[in-house]
Amino acid sequence: MSPHCLTAHALLDLFKSSKVTPQEVFEDVSARVKLVDAKIHAYIHPAQKPSFAAGAFPIPIGIKDNLCTIGEEITCGSRILKGFRPPYDAAVVEKIKRSGGLIVGVANMDEFAFGSSTESSCYGPTFNPWDLSRVPGGSSGGSAACVAADEAVWALGSDTGGSIRQPASFCGIVGMKPTYGRVSRYGLIAFASSLDQIGPLTKDVTDCALLMNIIAGYDERDSTSVNVPAPDYTKALIKDIKGMTIAIPKEAFVEGLDPEVRKAVEDAVALLRKLGAKIKEVSLPHTPYAVAAYYIVATAEASSNLARFDGVRYGLRVSPKKVRKNALIDMIEETRSQGFGNEAKRRIMLGTYALSSGYYDAYYLRGQKVRTLIKGDFDAVFQDCDAVLTPTSPTTAFKIGEKTSDPLSMYLSDIYTIPANLAGVPALSVPCGFSKQGLPIGLQLTAKAFAEETLLRIAYTYEQNTEWHLTKPAI
Amino acid sequence: MSQFETVIGLEVHLQLSTATKIFCGCANRYGCGPNTNVCPVCLGLPGSLPVLNSQAMRYAITASLALNARINGFVKFDRKNYYYPDLPKGYQISQYDFPIASDGYLEVKTKDTSARVRIKRAHLEEDAGKLMHDNAAGCSLVDYNRTGTPLLEIVTEPDIRSPQEAYDYLNTLKLNLQYLGISDCDMEKGSLRCDANVSIRPIGATAFGTKAELKNMNSFKAVKAALEYEVTRHRQMAISGGRIVQETLLWDDIKGVTVPMRSKEEAHDYRYFPDPDLVPFTLDPAFVDSLRAELPELPLQKQERFKEQYGLNDYDSFILISDRSISEFFEQCALLYQNPKNIANWISGPLLKEINQRKCVLTDLKLTSENFVNLIKSVDNGVVSNLVGKDVLTAMLDQGRSADVIIQEGGWAQVSDDSALTVIVDEVIAQNPSVAAQIKEGKANAVGFLVGQVMKKSKGKANPKKLSELITRRISNG
Ligand SMILES: [Zn+2]
Repeated sequence: MSPHCLTAHALLDLFKSSKVTPQEVFEDVSARVKLVDAKIHAYIHPAQKPSFAAGAFPIPIGIKDNLCTIGEEITCGSRILKGFRPPYDAAVVEKIKRSGGLIVGVANMDEFAFGSSTESSCYGPTFNPWDLSRVPGGSSGGSAACVAADEAVWALGSDTGGSIRQPASFCGIVGMKPTYGRVSRYGLIAFASSLDQIGPLTKDVTDCALLMNIIAGYDERDSTSVNVPAPDYTKALIKDIKGMTIAIPKEAFVEGLDPEVRKAVEDAVALLRKLGAKIKEVSLPHTPYAVAAYYIVATAEASSNLARFDGVRYGLRVSPKKVRKNALIDMIEETRSQGFGNEAKRRIMLGTYALSSGYYDAYYLRGQKVRTLIKGDFDAVFQDCDAVLTPTSPTTAFKIGEKTSDPLSMYLSDIYTIPANLAGVPALSVPCGFSKQGLPIGLQLTAKAFAEETLLRIAYTYEQNTEWHLTKPAI
Repeated sequence: MSQFETVIGLEVHLQLSTATKIFCGCANRYGCGPNTNVCPVCLGLPGSLPVLNSQAMRYAITASLALNARINGFVKFDRKNYYYPDLPKGYQISQYDFPIASDGYLEVKTKDTSARVRIKRAHLEEDAGKLMHDNAAGCSLVDYNRTGTPLLEIVTEPDIRSPQEAYDYLNTLKLNLQYLGISDCDMEKGSLRCDANVSIRPIGATAFGTKAELKNMNSFKAVKAALEYEVTRHRQMAISGGRIVQETLLWDDIKGVTVPMRSKEEAHDYRYFPDPDLVPFTLDPAFVDSLRAELPELPLQKQERFKEQYGLNDYDSFILISDRSISEFFEQCALLYQNPKNIANWISGPLLKEINQRKCVLTDLKLTSENFVNLIKSVDNGVVSNLVGKDVLTAMLDQGRSADVIIQEGGWAQVSDDSALTVIVDEVIAQNPSVAAQIKEGKANAVGFLVGQVMKKSKGKANPKKLSELITRRISNG
């Protein structure tokens, strides 16, 4: 098997027995990118040549276009940041480089991570490797697609409302959003600071644990980073879930859920029960309000985070042809009008409105209150359950263009993933089947804060008893 | 005119003199080349994150404690959103509904008045950069060195009743902050900036009149002048039956007038919300207590101690504490010479006169307490007269040399030598026979006149004590 088809842990075994060198692996993956990326468009551009610096994990990796890398053009998929080359590495990029990581390229994404389909990138959409007429999910669609198409061995994405897990589900791979504060956000171009978390997209659960070992940990440059030592996640890879209790929220299996997705998830539940888990039906009564609360809080923060893109210091600057108000205001208006895409403008306006005086209490504050209630829902369930199980997404990958004209239906594709971001708890998506059309289906597991090991253990046990993760798309 | 009462509230923005900026590790330094003290964080580059400088918080708490304010145990930062090219993130990190401290007061004491001004709140925030307009090139440039400088905004209740009181408040505040050593309070460098709200109302009224907001004042004198200008304008308007409109005014120091700021620029909706990048936290009460325990002696406390410990009067002690370095200098001197009243006199008189004339501060003078005390001792011991002593001080400061050297080299020591003085004394007696006759008849106070004459002839070098003895002796012998 060519190196590009392998998982990271398989490659590490090969390195150990000197059957292949990191350089050879990188060249093999680069050749794969040359061969297939014209069809997939997972990458915006290849990274500058990797340094092949010594490190324990010389693994080819795709990096989402919102993670700062010294000297690399990083744009968040937006015209407004074109030409921006950060003078610093994101904390995770630093760690990847220190681990010997080989950065293959900058992965495509929805503009500023606003979307669930990777269609809003100013560079054009990424295509789902399983069906090129479909979206890979989003916003980390490029990161998910590059792993699914063997254009990288693993990838980093960011997850604000499901942006790692939903594309992982659509692309048939493993994706995890760690606990908020587990991975430093330093150098992640913010969408919604209180929800964003960087996480791994990998071919299997073992790789997910390995990549977590590299990126997790306290960082004093990020005040929201939590100062607790990160465990060795590979120790959680135990093929046993006897005695664990898995909660099934009744709210998750209601209308809008694709019957094929429902069937696959129910089969997974049956398997987990057979493997020794106790299944318990629970209620997360406030989750029906999660999407609404999320779009208030997330857009409010985004409207403020995106204010810095004004054409004054970096990125795009559009000088108006004619001065109407004053040169400065006209410049900022023109730059932002031309620099941001429609979805970004929609969210900036939503967020500005939610924060404006007279509406703050009715929207932002209420959103935060719902958030507290949702957190309370999870706390109650985790009193006597180890994890919550739901589908990752209510549907399989949809067609390109299918939801772009209907933002609300697009927003609903994150209905299962959003609660974990609001509550700050970790959640993971693992492949659990295919639709009749051959599209991957994902299973989501959510655990209490800092219980990533629980997620990895359950997912690993499930994975070791299924073969979904071994199937590859034909490209 | 007197049927109106003036109501003033002040907002002071104080730059804290921490080593580094409030949310990053850049040097917090004034006067460097443009954009030399900047990093991704204070430039607000995408992906950068703020981390609170604990020194800035300590300084803010210390200042708040000195202002007798209640420290809010819950520390939270908010974003104040607005666009300006010198504001790199498109928002300023500030404190909105949970200022670091509230409900304090400052005793404002002058030589002859005393008033209490309540402090409404004090909160921490970051400073913005600086725009420089290059009219020749037709462009504007931004210097971001100042972005991220820690600011403490201190807001008073509308307790101030006159421009003079506002002036006194600012001086007292500055003095207290100087004692704390947390800011250089230099208005010219922008390390202390002041905005004022002013209105008038009929005496006895409880409702506030329509206020004017004053900005752009660059000295305490300018604050006073701008307030005086506005108070007069409001009164004239009230008398002539006109209506004051609420507006923001800029003070033109050169023309001595206020000019309205364009109203468009002040129509702001800052859309405050909690900054998600800075997690709120709770202060350990023990930590606040430790800062309280470490509070240095403040001016009023020091004044009380000076009165008690050194037996000084109200006036002398007030003059001494009105500058932290002078008060410290006084105490250094008092250790070397157990005559505090004399030292106080020399400081509040000749030394302050020199400082004022030289338009400098004490520390610029390089005057050691040893030298200063030696000078005072020389006067007290009769080596030089009081009058010459003042000239010696001037020479000491001009030349940077010790009192002893100057007295010796300049031959300024008093002439106590009998034979040299006798010549002059006899001369003066001969020239003033009638006075001499009076002395002979027992009119002792006439001696003073002859002493003065001899002093004149000896160019002040004669020892006056010695002199009066000598004159009496010569006359009674003669
Ligand atoms: Zn800085």
